[in-house]
Amino acid sequence: MVSMRVNDEMTEVAVDADTPLLWVLRDLLGMTGTKFGCGIAQCGACTVHLDGVAVRSCRLPVGEVGDRAVRTIEGVGSTPVGARVQQAWLDLDVIQCGYCQSGQIMAAAALLAANPEPDDADIDAAMAGNICRCGTYVRIRDGIKRAAQHG
Amino acid sequence: MADAVLSRRQILRTGALGGAALFLGVNLRSADVALAAPGDNATFKPDAFIRIASDGRATLIMPQTEMGQGIYTGLAMLIAEELDLPLDGVVLEAAPASDKLYGNPIFKVQATGGSTSMMGYWMPMRKVGASARAMLVAAAARRWRVDPQSCRTEAGAVLHDPSGRSLTYGALAGAAMRETPPTEPVLKDPSKFRLIGHSHRRLDTPEKTNGRARYGIDAMPAGVRFATLASPPVYGGKVLAIDDSQAKSLPGVRQIIVLDDLVAVVGDTSWAAMRGLAAIDIRWDDGAFANVSTETLYNDLEQAGRSEGAIVVDTGARDSLIGDGVISARYELPLLAHAPMEPMNCTVHITPGHCEVWVGTQVMTMTQRAAAEEAGLTPEQVTVHNHLIGGGFGRRLEVDGIRKAVRIARLVDGPVKVVWTREEDIGKAPYRSVYGAWMKAKLENGKPVAWSHKAVGPTVVGRWLPPAFNGKIDNDAVDGAAETPYDFPSSFVTWVRHEPRGVQTAFWRGVGPNLNIFATESFVDRVAHEAKQDPLAFRRVLIGKHPRARAVLDIATEKAGWGGALPPRSGRGISLQFAFGTYLCTVAEVIVADDGAVSVTRMTTAVDCGTPVNPDGIISQIQGGLVFGLSAALHGRITLVAGRVQQSNFHDYRVMRMDEMPRIEVHVVRNAEAPGGIGEPGTVSVQGAVCNAIYAATGVQLMRMPIDQALIAKDLQA
Ligand code: FES
Ligand code: FES
Repeated sequence: MVSMRVNDEMTEVAVDADTPLLWVLRDLLGMTGTKFGCGIAQCGACTVHLDGVAVRSCRLPVGEVGDRAVRTIEGVGSTPVGARVQQAWLDLDVIQCGYCQSGQIMAAAALLAANPEPDDADIDAAMAGNICRCGTYVRIRDGIKRAAQHG
Repeated sequence: MADAVLSRRQILRTGALGGAALFLGVNLRSADVALAAPGDNATFKPDAFIRIASDGRATLIMPQTEMGQGIYTGLAMLIAEELDLPLDGVVLEAAPASDKLYGNPIFKVQATGGSTSMMGYWMPMRKVGASARAMLVAAAARRWRVDPQSCRTEAGAVLHDPSGRSLTYGALAGAAMRETPPTEPVLKDPSKFRLIGHSHRRLDTPEKTNGRARYGIDAMPAGVRFATLASPPVYGGKVLAIDDSQAKSLPGVRQIIVLDDLVAVVGDTSWAAMRGLAAIDIRWDDGAFANVSTETLYNDLEQAGRSEGAIVVDTGARDSLIGDGVISARYELPLLAHAPMEPMNCTVHITPGHCEVWVGTQVMTMTQRAAAEEAGLTPEQVTVHNHLIGGGFGRRLEVDGIRKAVRIARLVDGPVKVVWTREEDIGKAPYRSVYGAWMKAKLENGKPVAWSHKAVGPTVVGRWLPPAFNGKIDNDAVDGAAETPYDFPSSFVTWVRHEPRGVQTAFWRGVGPNLNIFATESFVDRVAHEAKQDPLAFRRVLIGKHPRARAVLDIATEKAGWGGALPPRSGRGISLQFAFGTYLCTVAEVIVADDGAVSVTRMTTAVDCGTPVNPDGIISQIQGGLVFGLSAALHGRITLVAGRVQQSNFHDYRVMRMDEMPRIEVHVVRNAEAPGGIGEPGTVSVQGAVCNAIYAATGVQLMRMPIDQALIAKDLQA
């Protein structure tokens, strides 16, 4: 039995502690907003926050979460930065298929929380781990800047 | 993709779209429609696409799959424009499986691809909206006992200005159902458009920002178990034997399934299944293709290129293309995977006499038929729930994953979600084929007097939609070669059908034109170079019958600052095209480092796709299409050794990332021509533009994709 705090609520799950957080969220808790893309920390689709820091949930055994707070795309809108990023994404119509965008939004929100005014190099560094096959990078960059301005 | 049944150009030229509209059954009120549009009597459901409830809630049924291209928004805009329906609050629903009701007007089957949606649905969807509007007006006029001509519509209501009366569509829902649809609905004059031509925010995105959007991989029918699979590492291989002694004892592993050509593990979570599968030692019989390598494929291609091929265009160039002064070149494209961000997946529940499928697919009815075949049922016994697609790019025009999932599900008690690992997705998939183009031209007085283009590659259409292939020429395979923006005094265009060994080929974003535009545009630059002319000036002179091509060429080069000074080992390159009914020109700017590493710093595109239905959506598709093309040009390659694909995940099948991004500018030309396709043209323009820029920067023309930096390193050139 593993217990953890997800989006401000305590949750208990009966699962093998080696199971990556990604699959606990998706398959056992039914929180399918966090996506599977590669399973080897190469694409960023599975990005969640652990105490506000972006991590790849596909490589994080659920047993290692401990008492750190997990936040997912389903809960990021309740943080001021997360809500701003979501709004910027809508304002600029960033999204195409959307599959990578949970991860992009989580990565962008973590970036802005740590660095409220990122420049292009900061954005490259923080976002290069998140692949978008639809190629929405131009608008992701603009979205981050817009969310920063409205902060 | 596919110039199916009729070539797209034929359709555009002959005005066959009118026929397509009839085919769509704009006025159809059969039992099928009632089935497709269930609702109480007070719901206005004039056809298979529109439902307006008595409380005013409007639902539009989307015959095309939303995979990021924005087609839900585009099609909804067409209906709403003619119907004067406010788009805010409209519910969009994926259509159920039915070729009859929801067949793509160009393919005649319920398929989304080939940048055909807007071309195919432009008139049909407007007529759907106009017809429904006429019925609502008729119902209101009858109630008020006034002339329908004295009524107008606005924002979801019918208004009678002389008496100041108005009724909402919801209030008219029941009455409008009793009206007869017009035989020839009157369309709005384009000058009255209030939606078409104005950027509209996408309708499918709010739920994509908060995790609520449901893709196929998110399907969670009650009691679902999770599975993953291993297919043979060599195409056509079979399972010889397995050792699952370790896997069986792992926690969360529920069932191990062995079929003749795949092994699957069912678990409590997808990860338990993946860990279980990894612990199984599988011995494969590699079958017939165990010695196929990338070399083999290119050698075969070269062999195939020696044959004559079928003649597509012959305006007398053949005799001029021998002897002195003939320039020739060969251009080649590698195998590529699609690698959409959402890995292949399919959820299936089989019960006696019924099969339920949850998946995101570009081909609803093919999915239904494939599932029925594998389940031993009739198509009517199969229910397919289509979902949003996490990237298609041609991969989800294939039903291999649906077949495999159903075969697994037959052996599982209860619903099972089969999710492929990324390694399976990249390593065991249908691929974009290798292709080759043999080009020749003859220069006289600095002008090309003869031009030939031989395209060599498979016919994907021939397998995917057999009736669309006449057995001689695959229109998709020669799109962009058969007709170019240029007026060559004489041309000779041929096509050699060549099916590569040991791989299943598939459509891939940009399809046939990916080869043909790359070859044409590279070769135009090569010939310009031989003629000692500027690539822009050379093209300008060659453009004849296509003034729209000249316009995009002029805009893109002007905005890109063509001719302006650049640092050493930097260059600009043009790619100009007419394909998918759309004119497009991209200018790429690159810097080539001394070691040959290429940075693409800027891409400037001008596009004329006719009436721009949703201009910002067009910009978005071009931006994304360019990035997709850049991934292919800079990194894209699938290679084979001993029949096995050597790439497995994003570390060795690289795609563009944020830190490699050039500046991108897109300029949309506005006119009132019928819409052309927009999903693929951007991708198609990249290879030619980037290679021509490298040619300008280094003097070396690259002939095979992806870019090989060893060929353009400085020491090599010195
Ligand atoms: S799924 Fe975790 S980084 Fe790709
Ligand atoms: S929006 Fe489709 S992968 Fe990013």
